[in-house]
Amino acid sequence: MDSHIEVPELQEQFETPAQQKEVSTLGMWIFLVTEVMFFGGLFLAYSVYRRTFATVFGAASNTMDVWLGAANTAVLICSSFTMVLAVRAAQVGSRKALIVFLILTILFGGVFLGIKGIEWDTKFAEHHVPGPTFHLEDVPPGDQGPAQLFFSLYFTMTGLHALHMVIGEGLMLFLLWHAYKGKYTPSYYTPVDIGGLYWHFVDIIWIFLFPLLYLIARHQH
Amino acid sequence: MHEHVDSIKSYTLVFVSLLILTAATTLVATIDLGALNVVMALFIAVVKMLLVALFFMHLRHSTILTKVVVGGGMLWLGILLVFSLADFVTRGWLPVPGK
Repeated sequence: MDSHIEVPELQEQFETPAQQKEVSTLGMWIFLVTEVMFFGGLFLAYSVYRRTFATVFGAASNTMDVWLGAANTAVLICSSFTMVLAVRAAQVGSRKALIVFLILTILFGGVFLGIKGIEWDTKFAEHHVPGPTFHLEDVPPGDQGPAQLFFSLYFTMTGLHALHMVIGEGLMLFLLWHAYKGKYTPSYYTPVDIGGLYWHFVDIIWIFLFPLLYLIARHQH
Repeated sequence: MHEHVDSIKSYTLVFVSLLILTAATTLVATIDLGALNVVMALFIAVVKMLLVALFFMHLRHSTILTKVVVGGGMLWLGILLVFSLADFVTRGWLPVPGK
């Protein structure tokens, strides 16, 4: 007896659609764990230098626009909400809702990147970008080096996060195109599901970046 | 194939909780709690991470294998952070030459 179930999307190496989906989901989680390790090293570097240069890091952190940071956190949470509703729309087989929620997710992601771009632009105008023209106000000349270290970590961490957002936007456009063509059904929507996992992961990274970069010394302001 | 379809209501509750926690962490940061400021910021961030992972990433419906992989990842992240910082923080405690 052939136990292989005939479903168009089922690859021949799998017995059932459930097994195939489980393999994809697990693979995505393993990738996300490697991403956790990757960002973990940066968070460790940040912790070590923040402890070593606590006062300078505090002063540097207080130059951040906390309201833009908080607004961006809210925007990303909104995008995660629309993403999870997109996955739900795929689960229940609503192509129209899937397309609408994917578009909303892409728009929120775009707003996040736009606000991030405004913040970076301000840093360039204020000479807060590490390099020969770097200068942080109210910090003695001897502490300009550690202050540059803070902004190096800031640009590395928010830059890599933004790169993940750009990749996420690309994934969402791919999903949108395939959703538009009607490729996803309640029996096969794995790409939407694991695309969602990636998107929520990028949200979680920002959930940690926001307090560490923007809020650490706010009470001394 | 068994699939959990969560209600829009439960997703909305998680969404609203995340927004409230974002406002909370932003406001709590302006109050001087001494060393507890960092603890509060990280505590709220961990709660938000758990909400996103368990509900939005459906980890609570995931298979045991997936949960073990995620738990293992968190364990290794813990080893990275805790062991490295334990070394770094305690390095000045003993007057050992060449520390």
